[in-house]
Amino acid sequence: MYIIVIGGGRLGYYLTRALLDEGHEVLLIEKSAPICQAITGEMGSVCLRGDGCETTTLAEAGTGRADMLIAVTGDDEDNLVACQVAKYKFKVPRTIARIRNPKNETIFKKLGIDVTVSSTSIILEHIEHEVPSHPLMHLLTIREKGLEIVDIKIPPGSTNIGKTIKQLSLPAESILSLIIRQERKPTVPKADTILQAGDQVIAITPPESEDALRSALIGD
Amino acid sequence: MKVIIMGCGRVGAQLATLLDREGHSVTTLDNDAYSFRRLPPDFKGEALLGNGLDEEALKKAGIEEADAFVAVTQGDNRNVMAAQIAKHIFNVPKVVCRIYDPLRRDLYSLLGLETISPTTVFAQLLKEKLEG
Repeated sequence: MYIIVIGGGRLGYYLTRALLDEGHEVLLIEKSAPICQAITGEMGSVCLRGDGCETTTLAEAGTGRADMLIAVTGDDEDNLVACQVAKYKFKVPRTIARIRNPKNETIFKKLGIDVTVSSTSIILEHIEHEVPSHPLMHLLTIREKGLEIVDIKIPPGSTNIGKTIKQLSLPAESILSLIIRQERKPTVPKADTILQAGDQVIAITPPESEDALRSALIGD
Repeated sequence: MKVIIMGCGRVGAQLATLLDREGHSVTTLDNDAYSFRRLPPDFKGEALLGNGLDEEALKKAGIEEADAFVAVTQGDNRNVMAAQIAKHIFNVPKVVCRIYDPLRRDLYSLLGLETISPTTVFAQLLKEKLEG
């Protein structure tokens, strides 16, 4: 695959190395001459000096035959424009933008960017995992199907302890898929399964029903 | 009409002044409060400190009721992004943005943005001066 990376910062540098190791044809576009020189010195001629938002630079990089363009500069607006120029001018099939502000995710989607990666959201998600008191953790987002897999712990003292699953008023579109009660022993929940304190429930839900699912499971 | 001007540089401040004098409701938005020194003392509009790429700041500036949005910061990409947010997210009826780079301007006008490239306009003006 021919992949163009915009932005030779830390992320762009390691991304380029990883993609080269996987055997892809990679070209990194970086504005700063010294950074470009250092990268060329280390990895060979994989770096083009220029502004990745400019049509002329992208034409020189052979963007017309690129399979993918990944914009990872530190500025959301630069990543947006690089991806839009690649997509609408050079018809690159897949464009990926890094975003700093997690709120830009919906805006970028609406403006035609295929994939956005928000380091802020990823770090927040990981921290969420490390905070044990947090009652709901996101395990996985299946974006194209509009679903997410979440992990909900039944806190001690919940009014739902001792109730069966069918007694709970769960949102219709959420499905409980597993209950983990003891280590290494997952069970599939049934209508008559009785909830216990400390139960870990793995559920699949659309993001908009997440709050309803959480309050139905955790109780008061 | 209610106009939001993002970027209170020379052009932004001048435009704000002209529209304000004609009785329009003008809000200028800039992320550097020092830029507002360019507004005249009798300016009746609003000068708001904030980032025009941030939805919250735009809402505070009243973008939901705005009739027009103008993006004239120093950065082409900032202008392009803000103009697209105004047009596609907030459905502002009239959106204009400045793009210095003529090639980038061509692309975004193809994509439906109303854009002005001072580079092209000014070069043309200079050429006419030389020929006249």
